[in-house]
Amino acid sequence: MRDFVCKKIKNLKPSGIRKLFDIVNEIPNVISLGIGEPDFDTPWHIREEGIYALQKGRTFYTSNSGLEELRNEICEYINRKYNLKYDAKNEVVVTVGGSEAIDIALRAIIDSGDEIICPEPCFVSYQPCIIMSGGVPISIPLSAENDFRLTATQLEAAITPRTKALLISYPNNPTGAIMELEDLAPLVDVIIKYDLLVITDEIYSELTYEGKHVSIASMPNMKKRTILINGFSKSYAMTGWRLGYALAPANILKYMLKIHQFGIMSAPTISQYAAITALRDGDKDIEMMREAYNQRRRYLIDAFKEMKLSCFEPYGAFYVFPNISEFGMTSEEFSEKLLKEENVAVVPGAAFGECGDKYVRISYACSIDELREAIKRLSRFVEKLRCK
Amino acid sequence: MNIKDRNKILALLEKDAKLTTKEISVMLAIGEDDVKKEIKSMEDEHLICGYHAFINWDKAEDDKISALIELKVTPQRGMGYDSIAKKIYEYPEVESLYLMSAGDYDFTVILKKATMREIANFVTTKLAVIEEVRSTSTHIVMTKYKEFGVSLADGKKDKRMAITP
Ligand SMILES: Cc1ncc(COP(=O)(O)O)c(C=O)c1O
Repeated sequence: MRDFVCKKIKNLKPSGIRKLFDIVNEIPNVISLGIGEPDFDTPWHIREEGIYALQKGRTFYTSNSGLEELRNEICEYINRKYNLKYDAKNEVVVTVGGSEAIDIALRAIIDSGDEIICPEPCFVSYQPCIIMSGGVPISIPLSAENDFRLTATQLEAAITPRTKALLISYPNNPTGAIMELEDLAPLVDVIIKYDLLVITDEIYSELTYEGKHVSIASMPNMKKRTILINGFSKSYAMTGWRLGYALAPANILKYMLKIHQFGIMSAPTISQYAAITALRDGDKDIEMMREAYNQRRRYLIDAFKEMKLSCFEPYGAFYVFPNISEFGMTSEEFSEKLLKEENVAVVPGAAFGECGDKYVRISYACSIDELREAIKRLSRFVEKLRCK
Repeated sequence: MNIKDRNKILALLEKDAKLTTKEISVMLAIGEDDVKKEIKSMEDEHLICGYHAFINWDKAEDDKISALIELKVTPQRGMGYDSIAKKIYEYPEVESLYLMSAGDYDFTVILKKATMREIANFVTTKLAVIEEVRSTSTHIVMTKYKEFGVSLADGKKDKRMAITP
């Protein structure tokens, strides 16, 4: 029989998380700091709205771009946050998570061979999605010395005549880095100078602990060359509802919608109803969760200081990204050893790009009790390694 | 210390009294000495009234039950409700006592868990005979679903997969 599978997919590197996942599942009493989703349940009033939608029999497709009421709420929210106006009719599509929004954004813009600049470490699906769309990912390795922020010089050095777009995500998974207004401004100059598009995945925007999140779409002259992606997974603890959205100028969104229309039809209807309530009444939930994450963030940073583990201070998302290079191991070796010897799961930084190999990602989407115990085990582990 | 920080300390302690002052100080980014001082002064003010273990007695396998009693009373001239209240809350059997704002009764009395016989005995021989008490109405708790903000029914199991991107 022939091999039916497409070469492009075959050659795609498997996710660096997979292997560890298989080991973790075999070990009892593991404390997992490897979870990239909130530990909170979806707030009850949002779940209640989903239940109500089900009871009412709202179980049909919605329009391709999503419920009008939801699109209105999304535009209202974005306006409230960034003073940015989008047209709910032509500039929004409700998607199956931020994940789908990333995919259709890339597919809508990439011609075969187009280069997409993608600073690393970054979310695991960016590069595969670029490759699957026929594009060429060009990575820029970021470092803790720059607080994992992208500089204009780095960006300019990566641009070639084939460069079409820049794909960024702040607050960042896995580093927890943010970009402030002063960091974005010089980037914008380069972006405009080279006539690039920006895809900005701002799924962690609400989890910003110092100052307020700034969207690059709100910078002067940027809205028309930006695809802004956000969603409900992180801010409202709604990962399983599979709901996100993209905002873009009508002349781009039209084509994203085409892909969405043929590939997906419409995002889950019940989730869309619940999301309306989330946007309308969810601010206090976000605030409560943000405060809790922030407390844990401080707790971890302090613990790393005491352990003398080198770690830059993250201001966003729910990850810390300590440097483990002093131990002379790859991030995968370190993670596996830590798991086997101390039953603590973390994600090797290499899963987020080659330059991540000096680091591991630690998620603080878990209780202080778990963090306390995990820190105890981690410091024991670190001491042991240092004594060798 | 400002009220906001004070309330943050209280909110943390209310959820987990075992947090150390060092932990509270780190979590709230307030100096440890300030945290210590503030807690001490809140204890002195009797604003923090104690640190207790939160126990789900239903799991402790005794045959005791919880009861809530509505009391109608006749307040005494010049004494109001306080002196009646004292006659009730001084009993160690009483766990909580609240004066209610409206309705057809005055006090809510919550008893410590006890057997049915003990409860009946306490109500008839201690509460009902207090001079100002006009009537009692005793309710037995059948199931406790939530207490002190913690759901007792759902357990603590993490429903997430062990590693996600
Ligand atoms: C940076 C980033 N973008 C997008 C997603 C996808 O989120 P969802 O598809 O649940 O909206 C994640 C999830 O971990 C993420 O970390």
